Amino acid sequence: MGYPHKPHPRETVLLSRYFGEADARTYKGWVKRGGYAALEQARAMEPARVIDIVKESGLRGRGGAGFPTGLKWSFMPKEKKKPHYLCVNADESEPGTFKDREIMRWTPHALLEGTAIAAHAIQAEVAYIYIRGEFTEPLAIMEKALADARSAGVFGDLKIHLHRGAGAYICGEETALMNSIEGKRGNPRIKPPFPAASGVFGMPTTINNVETLAAVPPILTKGAAWYKGLSLSSPKSTGTKLFSVCGHVQQPGNYEVTLGFPLKDLLYELCGGMRPGRTLKACIPGGSSVPILDRAETESCLLDYEGVVERGSMLGSGGVIVFDDSADMVYQIMRLARFYAHESCAQCTQCREGTAWTTKILERILAGQGKPADLDLLLDLSENMTGKTICVLSDSCAAPVVSGIKKFRSEFEDYLTGRRKPVMVA
Amino acid sequence: MSADAHTSQPAGTEEYQPVFTEQMLEQLQEILARYPTKQAALLPALWLVQRARGWISDRNMAEVAEVLGLTPAYVKGVVTFYTMYHQHPVGKHFVQVCTTSPCNICGAEAVVQALLAATGAKELGATSPDGKWTVIEVECLGACGFATPILVDDDFIESVTPDSVPEIVRKYK
Repeated sequence: MGYPHKPHPRETVLLSRYFGEADARTYKGWVKRGGYAALEQARAMEPARVIDIVKESGLRGRGGAGFPTGLKWSFMPKEKKKPHYLCVNADESEPGTFKDREIMRWTPHALLEGTAIAAHAIQAEVAYIYIRGEFTEPLAIMEKALADARSAGVFGDLKIHLHRGAGAYICGEETALMNSIEGKRGNPRIKPPFPAASGVFGMPTTINNVETLAAVPPILTKGAAWYKGLSLSSPKSTGTKLFSVCGHVQQPGNYEVTLGFPLKDLLYELCGGMRPGRTLKACIPGGSSVPILDRAETESCLLDYEGVVERGSMLGSGGVIVFDDSADMVYQIMRLARFYAHESCAQCTQCREGTAWTTKILERILAGQGKPADLDLLLDLSENMTGKTICVLSDSCAAPVVSGIKKFRSEFEDYLTGRRKPVMVA
Repeated sequence: MSADAHTSQPAGTEEYQPVFTEQMLEQLQEILARYPTKQAALLPALWLVQRARGWISDRNMAEVAEVLGLTPAYVKGVVTFYTMYHQHPVGKHFVQVCTTSPCNICGAEAVVQALLAATGAKELGATSPDGKWTVIEVECLGACGFATPILVDDDFIESVTPDSVPEIVRKYK
């Protein structure tokens, strides 16, 4: 997909409609396209009514967990005794995912409008948009858009601030992000208390992903029923979703489809399929933290929250990583384990030690020095890394290892038996 | 060894030039107004220091601590947590190359080699003899569909290949 975005006929462009149009980035250009009308509409309503509309729409969090957005908003105290905060998670760092970046680069006002509507719904007077430190261009564009919209007076009393991260994947975890805003190391917090009770600065807080908030303005202008109608399979998965496709496909990029769309069609039709002479081997459908699918599972998978679970993985953030038959799955799983070892905040022993030893054992296997018991050792380690820590970073490291050994065991065995030459030096 | 040993302002021999004076102090005041606590201005304050000085020395950390009412040890704890803050001087141009799995399968390792060759930086993390370049490998830059992305200072460059590296390096010379 190049820019300006020429959508494939099978795409449903709601969020990506103006990708590539520089004019849509400007305040005037956004207003010309109907922007900020939804905010005005929301402001005329009681906050509870806005929450109800978003509940009715079926919108679920697009950051990874898929939690119903309206329900999350409704957890905020009804009676306001303390300041309320909204945090916007723009710390997009999940390998395979690059959708929030495009929303901020091309339609910054869509995010700002969604942010202001959410702030109204949860009665927050301050919103922080936490942008990962490496996103220099999205940050500059957001700064400009925020300054323009602010001087046009569209936010009323609401204060929106941008907060730049400084290189830490873990700050995408909601409570780590709040610690990072507070000027602390990005260590996730033990829950409960949940953010709605005690979030950033100890105050009631709601945190939403960029793509989730960008979807809110059209829900208000076109109605909850219309949004709910956008669903190709499970009624529990509504609306459109941006899928970031990368790796071994002919045309990687962001594609927006209605939930329930077949993964096979996304890869072979919209993304142009594999490179000439190559066949699909594996696919990670929801960012690197979810289990790997083999070819058969990939080609029969429907892209919604329920469909991907049925195939043994998760929709996650919608970051689709594609591996063709040239990929060395052992090496790639080691690269992913190395990512998690690098990004572990090191609070929990299972994670700090588990991610590091998983990487070391995989490196040893790739160096031709693996031991026959290493696969069982990796599975045992993974077992102890799952469901036992403050956040899910450790589980995320285990997911590709466990699913990789299950589905591509012979590739591991080839290194262990010497059928395959070492590709690393011990 | 103190990190100051690497800089042009060795500890104890030259008078420390504070970062937060006049205009910088004004910028800091603006930042402080965004948060209910002084501590919350720490990450933005560290960004200001790094922009002004190129890296963050122990002396800089002590200054930030004083300005924000924190301890130097606390500030160091935060600086060392976040990978983008430099605790040592780096080359005039700082290059970050993504080599996480999606970029790896699209040839990121060849881009790393091409960058080391074109810049004269002999190994990852080392600065080239002319002081102009430091190249490091980083985990996911969040542009996986445009492999291989690199950051040269604050410039985000997509779809870099070994062939496009020499031209990129020439532009920054």
